[in-house]
Amino acid sequence: MEKRILSGNEALAQGAWEAGVEVAAAYPGTPSTEILENLRLFPEIYAEWSANEKVALDVAIGAAYAGKRALAAMKHVGLNVASESLFYSAYTGVNAGLVIINADDPGLHSSQNEQDNRHYARFAKVPMLEPSDSQEAKDLVAVALDISEQFDTPVLLRTTTRTSHAKSIVTVGERKTVAQRPYQKNPPKYVMIPGFAKQRHPVVEERMQRLAEFCESFPGNRLEGGSPRLGIVASGPSYQYAREVFPEATFLKLGMVWPLPRRMLLDFAGSVERVIVVEELDPFFEEHLHSLGIPAEGKAYFPMVGEFSIEIVRRGAHAAGLVDRGPLDRKISKPALPARPPVLCAGCGHRDVFSMLRKLKVTVNSDIGCYALGVMPPLGATDTIGCMGASIGVATGMRRGDLPGANVAVIGDSTFFHAGLPALANAVYNQTPLTTIVVDNRTTGMTGHQGNPGTGLTLTRHQNPTIDIAGVARAMGVRHVSTVESTERERLEEAVREAIDSGGPAVVIAKTPCVFVSSHGRSAYRVLEEDCNGCTLCMRLGCPAIYKSATLDAKTKRPLAWIDPVACVGCGLCFDVCARQAILEGELQAARPVVEAVS
Amino acid sequence: MRTFNFLLAGVGGQGTLLASDIVADVGMRLGGDVKKSEVHGMSQRGGAVTSHVRWGERLASPLCEMGTVDYFLAQEKLEALRWIEFLAPTGTVLLSDQTIPPTSTVFGTDAYPDDDSVQGTLRQAAANVLRIPAQAIAVDLGNSRVANSVLLGALSAQLEFPAEAWLAVVAERVPHRHIEINRRAFMAGREGHWRL
Repeated sequence: MEKRILSGNEALAQGAWEAGVEVAAAYPGTPSTEILENLRLFPEIYAEWSANEKVALDVAIGAAYAGKRALAAMKHVGLNVASESLFYSAYTGVNAGLVIINADDPGLHSSQNEQDNRHYARFAKVPMLEPSDSQEAKDLVAVALDISEQFDTPVLLRTTTRTSHAKSIVTVGERKTVAQRPYQKNPPKYVMIPGFAKQRHPVVEERMQRLAEFCESFPGNRLEGGSPRLGIVASGPSYQYAREVFPEATFLKLGMVWPLPRRMLLDFAGSVERVIVVEELDPFFEEHLHSLGIPAEGKAYFPMVGEFSIEIVRRGAHAAGLVDRGPLDRKISKPALPARPPVLCAGCGHRDVFSMLRKLKVTVNSDIGCYALGVMPPLGATDTIGCMGASIGVATGMRRGDLPGANVAVIGDSTFFHAGLPALANAVYNQTPLTTIVVDNRTTGMTGHQGNPGTGLTLTRHQNPTIDIAGVARAMGVRHVSTVESTERERLEEAVREAIDSGGPAVVIAKTPCVFVSSHGRSAYRVLEEDCNGCTLCMRLGCPAIYKSATLDAKTKRPLAWIDPVACVGCGLCFDVCARQAILEGELQAARPVVEAVS
Repeated sequence: MRTFNFLLAGVGGQGTLLASDIVADVGMRLGGDVKKSEVHGMSQRGGAVTSHVRWGERLASPLCEMGTVDYFLAQEKLEALRWIEFLAPTGTVLLSDQTIPPTSTVFGTDAYPDDDSVQGTLRQAAANVLRIPAQAIAVDLGNSRVANSVLLGALSAQLEFPAEAWLAVVAERVPHRHIEINRRAFMAGREGHWRL
């Protein structure tokens, strides 16, 4: 058997292939994106980027109804979008196996919140599995599909960022061939009108009782012997940190986090002197243990907020009087360090849009994507960001709430197709005097340059017909629609002013391909030292290619600007803002052709 | 194999993840258990990036514990200071002599720490600090992108394993036409005599 170092996400893809999955759908979202990006490499599997997570889950549900093993993957907040489909599929059941991979993000490495999606398993009444490393991730996909078929239910498989993006050694195997299960028309099972759904609810309750029995002997729930003085209940990466901190303890390692094994937990609690629950985010296990009358301790010592680490678990364990402080006590005095948050790339067209909006002093209701970075200083243009697609609705509400001055919605191309369409239809329907700027960079940037309905480039690299955003807006009845290149800065500002002044629902498409997708066609710009006086206008664009030079201006004693010739991609925004013509334009080069995405 | 804890830190775009993949792969080929951890997504846009790699007999956590890192490969000076608490008092810092100012030091009032405070902090925290002009060596060799191979070469010299164990992995991980320049960069790092 071959051994490989795989990330959790790579292992999930490998596990899906080995388990005979034939259809997979997802919308990209950190930390789940690489699952489908790896699945696309297997020619036996139909894999697609769907327009959003709800559509992805419906696609996977449909494939399972049709009789093929199916997978949907999404980040935690993606399951919010797909939750309605999760709930109905719990009622209908599946026919062939369906695994829904849900990647939580404790610590908010790349998310707007850190919700604990174990609650969805209890809420929707479906089982949930949780791996602790890549080998378990791979193995649990097959287990999830078997459970799905045995109990006729969708199965949630939960990772966190640390399982999805950690790598460990995995033994890989061969693909299992699974025959297609025949689909039989059965409206009482698959048609969720009230009369039929009423009959399905008792099926769901009875299924959960059988699963509660099943999980008592589920091999993924594992007792690991140790000292009877301390018993640890844990799952996922928390189990790994706890293993480092409590090498002597007895462990109940949970591989199925819903339903929970009642008898196993009671026996475990009876066999140890003290039960400690180590779990990230909410006290999901802890409260359940309390409901069983077990005096478990957890959130008294371990935080409800943020991602765990060995040192956080050790700190909690120390507070609980269980261990010494350990190595974390290092105190090193060091100077105050400037933060290094992510920034818009050099040459990014979003910088043009936000530097223009800052100048117009309008309220900006923005959205999820790279352009969320428009809130960061020095651009600082953004007022609100909530979730995928919220920009247009919130902007509508601010208009209806009589916000003084103008406000605009800013939404990316992929986000527009994900959740912007209904909100724009709503603005037209109710004739809200609102301007929406679609920042169309021809890719889904933040998650690593995936295609979307606007680019037509599919996950498996087929160039399908593109959907024209301006045409969609017109078809919806937006009367004022304009399309401009973001780098034509005067024209961009004029277009936005005209849209705001038009008084009706208006759409401006600010189009500049992401610098990862296409170049600007000019070599690096250069600062002319004899003309620069260090005024900082260009520095205040927040471009990562513009630095302070070591040379000071003779009169003002301010550092001159310096452009890193390696980092500069020749967008020319600094050239446009410079009031002293102290920046020399890069030379024209053959522009790279626009490829709609890069692998 | 005894447990080795490695930390790699740099700035989005410097190739931190590729370098850490190479360290992980070498560990597996040397017969150890290997765990590795990194974060993708937003931080890739020019933000601070770290990657943890562990080799050992049987490992649980994919993250190193604070205060236990044996070898800290810092690809940038400010990032060396940011994560220094992870180093064990007996640990070694391999510092690439490179400065990438965060934008807040360009438009704002934040100051990038001067070389004296960088060196003073590292000297106080580490048993051993090696300052490596990886970028300059790479440029001399003809490609600034091979700086990481210089650093990996310097790291390899700290461990008892043969150069071939590393070079085989480097050769697999870089484009074919760049194998030779990466090998030269690796050997320059491995054979140099570095100190603070």
